[in-house]
Amino acid sequence: MIQTALIMIGVGIFAGIAGAILGIGGGMIITPILTLGMGLNIKYAIGASIIAVIATSSGSTIAYLRDNVLNLRVAMFLEIATTIGAIVGALLTGVLDPKYLYLLFGCLLVFSGWNMYRKLRRGQEVLQRVEPDKIASKLKLNGSYYDKAEMKTIDYQVENVPAGFSVMFGAGVASGLLGIGSGAFKVMAMDTFMKMPLKPSSSTSNLMMGVTAAASATVYFFNGSILPGIAVPMALGILGGAVIGSRIMQVLPARWIRIVFIPIILYIGIQMLGKGLGVHF
Amino acid sequence: MQEKQSATATEMAQVETIIGRILQIGVVFSAIVMGIGLVILLATGDSGYAGHAVPLTMAAILVGSWQLKSYAIMMLGMYCLILTPVLRVVVSIYAFYKERDHLYVAITTAVLIILMIALAIGLTGK
Repeated sequence: MIQTALIMIGVGIFAGIAGAILGIGGGMIITPILTLGMGLNIKYAIGASIIAVIATSSGSTIAYLRDNVLNLRVAMFLEIATTIGAIVGALLTGVLDPKYLYLLFGCLLVFSGWNMYRKLRRGQEVLQRVEPDKIASKLKLNGSYYDKAEMKTIDYQVENVPAGFSVMFGAGVASGLLGIGSGAFKVMAMDTFMKMPLKPSSSTSNLMMGVTAAASATVYFFNGSILPGIAVPMALGILGGAVIGSRIMQVLPARWIRIVFIPIILYIGIQMLGKGLGVHF
Repeated sequence: MQEKQSATATEMAQVETIIGRILQIGVVFSAIVMGIGLVILLATGDSGYAGHAVPLTMAAILVGSWQLKSYAIMMLGMYCLILTPVLRVVVSIYAFYKERDHLYVAITTAVLIILMIALAIGLTGK
């Protein structure tokens, strides 16, 4: 029993650090370790993932709020889209064939991966437009953050608010219908569509993930999908890992985070396309 | 324009500090409760329940926690953790209200209402 607890704490620390830096839920890391590595039933792995997402979100958000990295207005405004999407997704269960969603989101993620690669090649992280976006100005979405790697304050403008809002709605539907953590979609919506810099995108995604996950967590909590002996040591590890990760992320150059992010987003995208086409690998 | 922007920035810094502090209290509290449950489990080797059973109603969790059953305390801690993002939304409404940002009081209230509907669907759905 002590051995299991120690392993789960270790897994948690790793997932917490990675999740906090990249802005994705721990599900992607936790699920394969629990199912393939420890032979746990997928039902319990999903239950543990939901707890993992909330622990990553709340653990990392403390530092991101204090150090002013995330964009609270963008998060609040877009949460309208993700929470409505999550409800629609939950209601569509059994009505809509998830195949089409897998195909759609698989394509979007691959597109986003390509787009991020182009950004990387261009070597320019922050775009400054001369003409401010009308909707973004009205909603006071434009922001700034202090980049500890570059040691300067970076002002940025937010664009394409309707497109970002739509992708966020889709991310909510996906998390409600497919039960997947939608951190990768959230980073994509802000980074690729709304042209936000990567660090505010990933930290804002972390903040939003918790709210989306909390909506579905109660279902899993009361239907017995959550094993305390597994989920609690993991959650404690993640909280610690997320606190560490949220500090590491701020001193990492955005370029490096992007280099790690691109293969992950492509991997999830290709995996989803595979599911949509009925190919398993 | 410049002045207005910096006023927005200080306002945001204050809002974020308030929310960050409350979130920190919530996270530390849930971690302590989960930690106590885990320590009891590891020290006694007893989940407090027969076989692999887990308390699944709020009443069973509260009664079990009172009786210091490890699984019940661990579930209680996880429930508190699940509530931390909801707590964050509630505190955000207050923080925006204090900064007289009515647009974002409305937006955040809308998020809270939608979240409550989602929670209600979740509770009755299964």
